Amino acid sequence: MKIHEYQAKEQLRPFGLPIPRGQVAATAVEAEAAAKMLGGQVVVKAQIHAGGRGKGGGVKLASGPTEARAMAEKILGMTLVTHQTGPEGRLVRQVLVEETLPIARELYLGAVVDRVSGKPVMMVSASGGMEIEEVAAKDPNAILREPFDADRGLQAYQARRLAFGLKLPAAAINPAVKAMLALARAFVALDASLAEINPLVLTKDDKIVALDAKLNIDDNALYRHPELKALRDIHEEAPLEVEASRYSLNYIKLDGNVACMVNGAGLAMATMDIIQYAGGSPANFLDVGGGASQEQVRHAFEILLKDPNVKAVLINIFGGILRCDTLANGVVEAARAVDLKVPLVIRMEGTNVEQGREVLRASGLPITVAGSMKEAAEKVVAAAGGGRR
Amino acid sequence: MSILVNKKTRVLVQGITGREGSFHARMCREYGTHIVAGVTPGKGGTTHEGTPVFDTVAEAAAATGADATMIFVPPPFAADAILEAAAAELPLVVCITEGIPVLDMARVAAVLKGGKSRLIGPNCPGIITPGECKMGIMPGHIHRPGTVGIVSRSGTLTYEAVHQLTLLGIGQSTAIGIGGDPIVGTSHLDAVRMFNEDPGTEAIVMIGEIGGSAEEAAAAFIREHVRKPVVGFIAGQTAPPGRRMGHAGAIISGGQGTAKEKMEAMRAAGIHVCVSPAEIGATVASVMGAKAAKGN
Repeated sequence: MKIHEYQAKEQLRPFGLPIPRGQVAATAVEAEAAAKMLGGQVVVKAQIHAGGRGKGGGVKLASGPTEARAMAEKILGMTLVTHQTGPEGRLVRQVLVEETLPIARELYLGAVVDRVSGKPVMMVSASGGMEIEEVAAKDPNAILREPFDADRGLQAYQARRLAFGLKLPAAAINPAVKAMLALARAFVALDASLAEINPLVLTKDDKIVALDAKLNIDDNALYRHPELKALRDIHEEAPLEVEASRYSLNYIKLDGNVACMVNGAGLAMATMDIIQYAGGSPANFLDVGGGASQEQVRHAFEILLKDPNVKAVLINIFGGILRCDTLANGVVEAARAVDLKVPLVIRMEGTNVEQGREVLRASGLPITVAGSMKEAAEKVVAAAGGGRR
Repeated sequence: MSILVNKKTRVLVQGITGREGSFHARMCREYGTHIVAGVTPGKGGTTHEGTPVFDTVAEAAAATGADATMIFVPPPFAADAILEAAAAELPLVVCITEGIPVLDMARVAAVLKGGKSRLIGPNCPGIITPGECKMGIMPGHIHRPGTVGIVSRSGTLTYEAVHQLTLLGIGQSTAIGIGGDPIVGTSHLDAVRMFNEDPGTEAIVMIGEIGGSAEEAAAAFIREHVRKPVVGFIAGQTAPPGRRMGHAGAIISGGQGTAKEKMEAMRAAGIHVCVSPAEIGATVASVMGAKAAKGN
């Protein structure tokens, strides 16, 4: 789960990470008040769940309260388009107003769980402000890493190694070590899947401050963090994805016209692939899960059809725990309820497949049954009007 | 022949009295698996559908000679269940549970390193040696005994591959679903290495997906050490970057872990890569046919 920058900073501050003074504002008047309270020059930052806000015009400097108000008026309510939002952009509902600092250097500090070592790892690079993936692609050696044990935590000597590796001035070594240890403690305590401080700045007076903060929380651990779960902002998620999550369905909207419903994430991805291989373009990823109920199948079907781009639907189910007759009943029920107007191709295999096919036949609905994945993909792409346009 | 499980494997089930555990223990028993014990803390001394239930894994293993465990414990308690099985030194631990926090698994991985237990999963369908032992939630009837080893992160996509093979009359030595999470006990590389050493496995199917670099690591090993034919597929060729596609492990970040990169690494290692998931069975048939022809 993603949270906003201002929320991430509020979560990280108690662990001892130095954060600039600031205040979140939902109106221009609030932004003005925040700037007055902070005094001096401030920065007004759009709060959306995406990076690249500065380039998109979502981050502005203001000399004082009046200008802060004017900047907030511009930013609030704008649809901010960045390389991470997609062309549709995101509506800005809040801004963070913060003090500005005399920056000497911009660094990168981040923590993730490394799949290879199976441990959390703290990473730094001297190229603050750049995306870490970009740094990794250009010069992997520019990233310094220290894996650490989740229970023992990052050790001070490891943090020192990173700090010296960044060639920080002597006076900034200890503050940097403190910041890294704080982030490592927060990462574990908050069950983060990603914590990024980009940039972490060295000020002209040798202070270390987290200028930006990005914190993703492990969805699987939210059950033990009700306070973090409450930070979810559904405005930042596609409406159909929010609806799907209500029924424990895993739905991601894409921009093609062939909707698909599949059980299991791997088969769902493979189904998207074979739609493309057949010359079509998938409208979504939808995994109904291993043991979906008839009701979940019905909701899943309804969600698929709410996407106006959809010209045809492919259901590909390999019945293991999810039985084919359960699936067929859910689909038939939903198809009747929504007055299905687009072609539907179903391919199912596995547990109770004969009973499932019988349910489909007996329904009298215009459903095309396919015998294999290949046949199903070809039929659904043809039904959607052929290849990509 | 097979890897990890066979007709001698004695299986205990952690969480046998729960809804999932109970159902799948029954399915496995019906398939022919020796389900010798169940563990549910607080229900020790009872029996569940004819299977003796114990309070702890150590007691159950000592009393029944179980040498493998299958875990159906809910996510908040699953890491502890794995650690309990590892403490009892069970050689094989299969964790089906989906939704375990990744830092819990980081702690488990640290304990397992250098220990006596091999973990498969979590968030996986399990492992099956057709006709001998099913430890997992896969539909048993689609399998057929034979000589193709299958390793995959995904559940249903593994079933799809198995089904295609079985329809062509090609059986499987063992099929393993290693799980879709970022931290798993057994990697593609581990499974490929075991299949390579198994005299009963003549060809290997490796199914991967976007995210991470496990497929590349296995490909590097295959290039150096594997002379058996390997057929590969990568799911997620059409997945957009930065989005988590169901499996927590399936995310492309900043151009890393793309299907294209993985497929190239696999091709470079001499793996027969299928672009379409519908071609897995036919590709295995053709490479095995070619091998048989060479042998003649």
